[in-house]
Amino acid sequence: MGGQLKLQPRTEQKVIQVFMYLMTSIAVLVLVFILVVILKNGLPQLNLEFLTKNPADMGREGGILSTIVATIFLTFIALLVATPLGVGTAIYLTEYTVESRITRIIRFGAECLAGIPSIIFGLFGFILFVNKLKFGWSILSGGLTLAFMVLPTIIRTSEEAIKAVPPAYRLVSFSLGSTRWQTVTRVVLPSAIPGIVTGVILSIGRSIGETAAVIFTAGSALRMPTSLFSSSRTMSVHFYILAKEGVSMPKAYGTAAVLVISILVINIVTYYLMEKYIKRKS
Amino acid sequence: MTRLEKNDRLVRLGLLMIALSAISVLAIITLFIFEQGTPIMFRYGFKSFLLGQDWYPSEKSFGLLPMIVGSLMVTFGALIIGVPLGLASAIFLTEFSHRRLTRILKPVIELLAGIPSVVYGFIGLMFLVPFIRDNFGGPGLSVLAASLILGIMILPTVISIAIDSIRAVPDSYREGSIALGATRWQTVRMVVLPAARSGIIAGIILGMGRAIGETMAVIMVAGNAADIPGSILAPVRTLTSNIALEMAYASEEHREALFATGVILFIIIMILNTIANVTSTRQRKK
Amino acid sequence: MSCQKQVRDYACSGSEKKGEKRLLSMETEEFKPGRVGAPSAGQENSSSFFHYSRFLVIMILVLMALFPSCRSGRSGHSLVVAGSTSIQPFADKWAEVFMEKRPGEIVDVQGGGSSAGIQAVLTGAAHIGMSSRELKGDEKELYQIEVAHDGLAIIVHPSNPLENITIEQVKSIFLGEITTWETLNGQKKAITVVVREEGSGTRGAFQELVMGKSRITKKAIVQDSNGTVREIVSRDPNAIGFISLGLVNDSVKALALNGVKPTEEAILKREYKLVRPFLFLTRETPSGLAKEFIDFVLSDEIQELVHKEGLIPVRRGSRPEGSR
Repeated sequence: MGGQLKLQPRTEQKVIQVFMYLMTSIAVLVLVFILVVILKNGLPQLNLEFLTKNPADMGREGGILSTIVATIFLTFIALLVATPLGVGTAIYLTEYTVESRITRIIRFGAECLAGIPSIIFGLFGFILFVNKLKFGWSILSGGLTLAFMVLPTIIRTSEEAIKAVPPAYRLVSFSLGSTRWQTVTRVVLPSAIPGIVTGVILSIGRSIGETAAVIFTAGSALRMPTSLFSSSRTMSVHFYILAKEGVSMPKAYGTAAVLVISILVINIVTYYLMEKYIKRKS
Repeated sequence: MTRLEKNDRLVRLGLLMIALSAISVLAIITLFIFEQGTPIMFRYGFKSFLLGQDWYPSEKSFGLLPMIVGSLMVTFGALIIGVPLGLASAIFLTEFSHRRLTRILKPVIELLAGIPSVVYGFIGLMFLVPFIRDNFGGPGLSVLAASLILGIMILPTVISIAIDSIRAVPDSYREGSIALGATRWQTVRMVVLPAARSGIIAGIILGMGRAIGETMAVIMVAGNAADIPGSILAPVRTLTSNIALEMAYASEEHREALFATGVILFIIIMILNTIANVTSTRQRKK
Repeated sequence: MSCQKQVRDYACSGSEKKGEKRLLSMETEEFKPGRVGAPSAGQENSSSFFHYSRFLVIMILVLMALFPSCRSGRSGHSLVVAGSTSIQPFADKWAEVFMEKRPGEIVDVQGGGSSAGIQAVLTGAAHIGMSSRELKGDEKELYQIEVAHDGLAIIVHPSNPLENITIEQVKSIFLGEITTWETLNGQKKAITVVVREEGSGTRGAFQELVMGKSRITKKAIVQDSNGTVREIVSRDPNAIGFISLGLVNDSVKALALNGVKPTEEAILKREYKLVRPFLFLTRETPSGLAKEFIDFVLSDEIQELVHKEGLIPVRRGSRPEGSR
């Protein structure tokens, strides 16, 4: 018995190790499989024409230019609204107040907002922007809805970034006679910018990939957006429709490849920025 | 009061206004969803919504039980698949593998977290659904397909948060345990995992939130039959897909009923989060 | 109460490690003697921050300036057509041709479904509504123009040996009474019933033409467009569904109903029973761009296109009796 007891943990360890190895392989392989399928089928579809021509014949022919433009506009509006709100909130929470009931309420609000499913944002945007404010299915409605959706991410990452600025910076700034606002704009924010940018980039990724909230607020008209009030189809909505309705599998794969590549590029840029920032600091 | 001080007060006030934006947005959303969704529940009675099994809006029959059960089943299924895989991967990558492998794999896994959910749904539709239909029977569009896709979708989230929290456990804990003669696995099981528990649970909660809130990927692979599934091979409709499937077409009471679906989804998410939160804080206190 | 933990850790998943590193690196910096000038390092960057904020302000101003102009631009020369997703693919094409012919004019085609389209016209959100079902009740106040007829095809997988089916059999299948193919084609396989969702015009038409007052089975798979129903049926050898005849292609097989194949001829002769109208709706007698677009759709050129796409063309003003 004694010998067994001593041996058992070792064997157990071996067994577990193999098991873990297998599980990890499965997880990684499945994820990589998805990436490979999309890129393998999608990359051959990509050429200049695909990126610079508008979809024709319901997306069966032509490219995806209008959907790229719509995606960019929508994302741009979302960030234009969410960034000042998010960074402002973070500045208030970190620099202008101490922990109190109000900060707890604000954090609670942001955190709950992050837990709300995107379809609820879609419903809300549909009622408020599309119906009540009469923006119709439009880039504006979609952009504002997305802005609310990414707001918690921006608040959170900005707060982290601002908190990470060493207190010494502030003390020195104050001792030189700066006001709080001067300290924030000239000392704290410039140091925190890379962190804030990370949050913004993460939000871009989320905006690009979102479908449920967008389809009910920006609509799905397949044409080049001409104003804030034109209804447009973003890349992910276009992909969803192409793939689900079997309009054209090659075009669907092509769109998916563009989607996935842009999101990968965005994430890699974020990593690169962060690494560079960390190196510079140390 | 100097001019500068006055300015500072103004700035503070302005920032407070901005800072209240998040909570206002939450309030507005809650208000709108409840304003649109609750009147019909009062009119027909909460019971008929929560326990009714028939969803035929054109006949004024708004039973949401199949969707409530569907959402819970699919989310539970996703956790059964995603959590063991995710945890095992995280433990392997932090405790058993070469550092270099981890340094490559962790960013790769995190990158995959950014892949849009529609892409997961599409892959499910193209590969998983036919596979299930051919090998297990049924229409393929099923609880099983939806659970698998959601389980895979939450993997990156679960893995990367679990890795972060396992790494946060001080090395001295491990050294102490190994010095006492424990094997690596015993150390992990008895020392590292308990210490990292609250972070891991947080990751699982986040994954759960993502699974229950996911819409498009589920619509693509779940089959969306508004019936309580009899087996994991039967089609299923979740609360989210109920809204997304029919919202565009609905008018009047049908639309209100979909908002009522939103209300119930909202409440379920709050309840789940609270339960999960309470357990995680309780465990942390131990 | 709830979500707190969740989000905090969410944000951390990405940045916790980075945050740690950053903190460490900064601590070391603080300890370095003679680095009191740290804020100045920040100040170097401050111009870039102000640049950024100035850029933001300018962009906001530009956007604000765009606001009024966009609004007027919208009602100026853009025609919003919304409704039935069965008509949408065709209307998209008609709009495409229309806009080619009339550069500068914009026709905005939206889906949303028949009921939503009808609502949109009633509330003025759309200039033209599209409905693929007959109007009921108050809706009848709207001005309706039939732009095409559409057959409803009962479709199965191409490998299915079944060629013909009776309306009674279809009804039993969609009621959930017949659950296997055995009595139909001899195969002992379970039938996968695929239907459209509640509120869709196609489902409405099917309900009216085939089911009457009976309920479609709860066990049926539900999809939210004709294209998706076709996709599902084309992939599942045991599936049966119904879609717009105009959208039937090689990937699925349209069954003959009571011995009548769903052809244009059979529909015109009223031999094929599952037929519904494609309606354009306006609040008042159409005028302006709406009238131009409707006239264009009823022109020979587009009606020819309608025909080519598998729909049944209509002559202007003629309303065949008894058609659905």
